[in-house]
Amino acid sequence: MSNVVGVSPAERMAVTFARVLRGAGLLVPIGNVLMFVEALGRVGIDQRDHVYWAARSTLVHRPEDVGIFDRAFGVFWEHARMRPIDDDPDTIKVTLATDEDDDDDDADGSGQANDDPTLTLRFSPTEVLRNKDFGAYDDAELILAQQMMSRLKFAGPPRRSFRFRPAQTGSRPDLRATLRSAISAGGEPIRRFWQEPGERMRRLVLLLDVSGSMEPYARAMLRFVHAAVAGRQRVEAFSLGTRLTRVTRELNSRDPDLALRQASQRVQDWSGGTRLGECLRAFNDEWGVRGLARGAIVVILSDGWDRGDPAVLGEQMQRLQRITYDLIWVNPLKVSPGYAPLARGMAAALPYVDHFVEGHSLAAMEELANVISGVSARRS
Amino acid sequence: MPPTPTVSPTTPAEVSQALSLHGYLPDDGLATAVFLTLALKRPLLLEGEAGVGKTEVAKVLSRWTGGELIRLQCYEGINAAQAVYDWDYSRQLLHLRAAEASGEARGVGTGALEEQLYNERFLLKRALLQAIDHRGEIPPVLLIDEIDRADDEFEAYLLEMLSDYQITIPELGKFTTTRPPIVVLTSNRTRDVHDALKRRCLYHWVEHPDFEREVKIVRMRVPNVIEPLARQVAAAVEVMRGLNMYKPPGVAETIDWAQALAALGVTELDEATVESTLGTVLKYREDQERARQQGIAGMVKQAFERSTQQP
Repeated sequence: MSNVVGVSPAERMAVTFARVLRGAGLLVPIGNVLMFVEALGRVGIDQRDHVYWAARSTLVHRPEDVGIFDRAFGVFWEHARMRPIDDDPDTIKVTLATDEDDDDDDADGSGQANDDPTLTLRFSPTEVLRNKDFGAYDDAELILAQQMMSRLKFAGPPRRSFRFRPAQTGSRPDLRATLRSAISAGGEPIRRFWQEPGERMRRLVLLLDVSGSMEPYARAMLRFVHAAVAGRQRVEAFSLGTRLTRVTRELNSRDPDLALRQASQRVQDWSGGTRLGECLRAFNDEWGVRGLARGAIVVILSDGWDRGDPAVLGEQMQRLQRITYDLIWVNPLKVSPGYAPLARGMAAALPYVDHFVEGHSLAAMEELANVISGVSARRS
Repeated sequence: MPPTPTVSPTTPAEVSQALSLHGYLPDDGLATAVFLTLALKRPLLLEGEAGVGKTEVAKVLSRWTGGELIRLQCYEGINAAQAVYDWDYSRQLLHLRAAEASGEARGVGTGALEEQLYNERFLLKRALLQAIDHRGEIPPVLLIDEIDRADDEFEAYLLEMLSDYQITIPELGKFTTTRPPIVVLTSNRTRDVHDALKRRCLYHWVEHPDFEREVKIVRMRVPNVIEPLARQVAAAVEVMRGLNMYKPPGVAETIDWAQALAALGVTELDEATVESTLGTVLKYREDQERARQQGIAGMVKQAFERSTQQP
């Protein structure tokens, strides 16, 4: 590349930096690299600030990428300063440290859960796969379950849209259609056309607990989540653990294996502890209350074990309930005989839950799909 | 300030200066993004918390360039009839009845009748078409506000329009322009804007301003607030932002608060005034309670200390 005649320093810089960014895991389309080259043509390549902001406004499109971008830029600029930029860009190697989730130790989370007597009761003895407890699945059964779940249908009650659609009768005349037919009738609007408000699907938001105590269920439930995300528009999925992770994009692939692999990689806190309250708070702050969960059907898949302050969880549940259309909590432990929501988190959350359902088996997940589809009149 | 026909800044610093002159104090990042928007003639996508001044950017661009501000507020279900153009059906129907009554309709064929009806005089131009079909010398500023509220389909349409600044109306033909509008899109991130649209745009995440800049903003927007009070207000807001609020106050709230205090004739923050005007900064009951729990007196004290620190 260094031998190519006619490559300007700006182009070289843009291409090199784009390569660094891609190496750091950012998506950098070629069109944006070209835009960056153009931008460099305007602001020059000598001043760090100018180059930084030109790069950021052309190459970064999500605030969560800014951290990675900053580190990559720091390394890149340092490198460019030490060695003139017209060196062969292929030799530049950048390794970036990712954020370690060092503020939590996972052993604790599962340990706490296992101390509880109700957990030992969760096994369901039925041999039929439909009713078999996810916790007792082997890999082959998981795959079979995946296929069964992909057939689940989620609809949910629609809500009124701003968009109008043609109707047989109605209160709002469809002037456009009336006029069209009037022209062919020589100017006389003989036939009247009407329209009515259309309907839209409500957004479905799935929040999956991936902490240690949910381990036996989370992987099966992730398949449920994938079935929902891949089978329907307007679904959002997040994982809750020690932190909140959005996995909608990863699960979007039709290929379940690929989707699950991508999602598993994205989620960094598998089988760690749980801070349900704080994760929900993060969800409310960054996504939910802003609009993502407004008027939506929100499903939380969790056993309710929370290492955090139950008051925080209660408060956040209340906040969430105020904006959602329907709030469903799926607890795989609910089926256990004599189950009572002993987990403090569950107890704190329960008053704000509209539907409390089981989630330990395929049959239970089918039931959940029915609940989602049949969410009836809004709570009073 | 007389409007300059076209603005063509040569450095981000010039943009920064010009925007300041017209009532908006940008940071370096935003100044660069705006500079590049003008230089590369690309749309600018602004994201950020509510109340950090995203919409204001379009307004100040309009004041600076002298271009007309054309605003399109997005909402769920917005469609071409509301955003691009619509036909004035009632008037068309009237015209049709008139033609029929005068016997004209029988004389001319259906085709000619249609041609009369689908004429530009029955065309209702909405924001996007207005922005393309402007007749002025100065390109307008097109503000597409809260794009995240619109549907995907609308985004796809927008993408098409923003890539070649051209709108086709089947009955009339193409509308195009040699002076494309300056386009500013804002999003509150209630959902992800489609990647394809983002790729077309320059992107800037608008942050809360730092302390000194916020003081300047308050002084600029609320001229009857004296400097020490402006500093105290900015400092108190900074303290509040650190309290983990549901809705941390944005610049808009800071300005509201300063205006409220100015209207009350306050010259210095004290516990009682903060208590009685808290509702202009913190809009959630929970947030107000959190502030009270932390102790308003302490907050005022902290704000005083911060406000006297020199940059």
